[in-house]
Amino acid sequence: MAVVAHATPFARAARFEASPAAADSRLVKWLIIGISLTFFTCFLLLPLVAVFVEAFKKGWEAYLRAIVEPDTMSAVRLTLLAAAIAVPLNVIFGIAASWAIAKHDFRGKQFLITLIDLPFSVSPVVAGLIYVLVFGAQGWFGPYLLDHNIRIIFAVPGIVLATIFVTVPFVARELIPLMQAQGRDEEEAALVLGASGWTTFARVTLPNIKWGLLYGVILCNARAMGEFGAVSVVSGHIRGQTNTMPLHVEILYNEYQFAAAFAVASLLALLALVTLVLKTVVEWRAGIQAQEPEAP
Amino acid sequence: MGVAKVRRVLPGFGLSMGVTISYLSLIVLIPLTAVFFKSATLGWTEFWHVATAPRVMASYRLSFGASLIAAAINVVFGLMLAWSLVRYNFPGRRIVDALVDLPFALPTAVAGIALTALYAPNGWLGGFLEPLGIKVAFTPLGVLVALIFIGVPFIVRTVQPVLEDLDIEFEEAAASLGASRLQTIRKVVLPALAPALLTGFALAFARAVGEYGSVIFIAGNMPMVSEITPLIIITKLEQYDYAGATAVAAVMLVVSFILLLIINALQAWSARSSERTR
Repeated sequence: MAVVAHATPFARAARFEASPAAADSRLVKWLIIGISLTFFTCFLLLPLVAVFVEAFKKGWEAYLRAIVEPDTMSAVRLTLLAAAIAVPLNVIFGIAASWAIAKHDFRGKQFLITLIDLPFSVSPVVAGLIYVLVFGAQGWFGPYLLDHNIRIIFAVPGIVLATIFVTVPFVARELIPLMQAQGRDEEEAALVLGASGWTTFARVTLPNIKWGLLYGVILCNARAMGEFGAVSVVSGHIRGQTNTMPLHVEILYNEYQFAAAFAVASLLALLALVTLVLKTVVEWRAGIQAQEPEAP
Repeated sequence: MGVAKVRRVLPGFGLSMGVTISYLSLIVLIPLTAVFFKSATLGWTEFWHVATAPRVMASYRLSFGASLIAAAINVVFGLMLAWSLVRYNFPGRRIVDALVDLPFALPTAVAGIALTALYAPNGWLGGFLEPLGIKVAFTPLGVLVALIFIGVPFIVRTVQPVLEDLDIEFEEAAASLGASRLQTIRKVVLPALAPALLTGFALAFARAVGEYGSVIFIAGNMPMVSEITPLIIITKLEQYDYAGATAVAAVMLVVSFILLLIINALQAWSARSSERTR
């Protein structure tokens, strides 16, 4: 998934097709393309199209009404808030972790990388559950929080925490391989020339990792705004208060307000499309940046 | 003369490591231990009783079975898709390439209701399958469809870079030594792709086992038939059975840890083998 990995230009296909040894017969070629595209259409393209078709089934006016409805707007605000807290925190974590891991040697490095990946392999439902066990009424801090009238579970802080948990690895796992590949020479040179640690980071490291960082931020943000399972466990589903956009989609859908559910869902689908476009642009820019040193 | 001790040249190790460890501990590690502490309050017999109740066992069979089948289907079609994207030119390839990541970007709840609309008896695809006697939405088959959707990019994105880096000379050499195209694919190309395919399979499987959002809308959620394990946890939580929910969560967590270790080993193998074929 790393930026560097598949920034390869598309010119490769031509080379494979030009070689008589590696080229497949026309029949095989179109058969494979046909099967691939049928699979792609049934499982990826049509679901995306269906979101927009269903959203506009009752016309523009119904669509707009579903979007400007107060509960929808409050869900949009909560989703933006959760992402606005989770993404910057995970950026700081990602930069710190990749600096420690890529620019220094220590024992147990591989183990630390595995721990950072952990939230990816934990079910979102379990991710929500653990915060209920820690902060819920019966949880570790439950009595204390109750005494001090602080609500975390079934309130906004729980939603933010769950969002942070599921997005922890995104920035770190883009930056670690990138910074490892870039080595330490440039930073060491800057230090020898008298730059301070912070200056070295800001002037040398940051420009080198900016596309990888942006890539991680884009993916992190998409997941933060779209998370459903973890947030669903800690939210309590209070309309207008603890509903994020994905949770609001579920509520509308379960109330058989299909057009409204798909209208809100279409906003999230639009976010997904913007994410994919930005991601492609960043890959393209990063690809150009990565190829520069190869020029003779 | 001092013994050549490795000296840290770059500054900030203490600070960055401190931030990393504290953040990871507070957000991820310490809360995760709550699952094991809470399970321990049940006692072994009670834990075993809850974690192996018939309804829970049925959900394991569905969650693990459907995840295995979905990952296997994705290996076949994901490989074809990756092959088409790397080896062939066809109209719209760039768009297909970008949209392969849709399951990473599209919120799972949105995917869930979209797949349900599509595969319901009155949906675009469900309408075709219904006369053939195939019911997808609100059956275990619906679970499979959702898990296939979720898994696509894992296979394509692990196989694609390896396929791009695979040197054409291997295939040319095999062909010049008299191998048929099919032999070349079977004996030269597929072995080189095997580590990446297995890694992709494991990643897709691990993700599918814990998946919740895209599944619950299309599954129908009938106990013993189409109820996935994460939904069991949610149901127990809604009944305020925290200990029961945690026991099932502990089982899932242990499975996740094991899968994570397997994936790490596979990725290391994959990296080594792609070094060799480069």
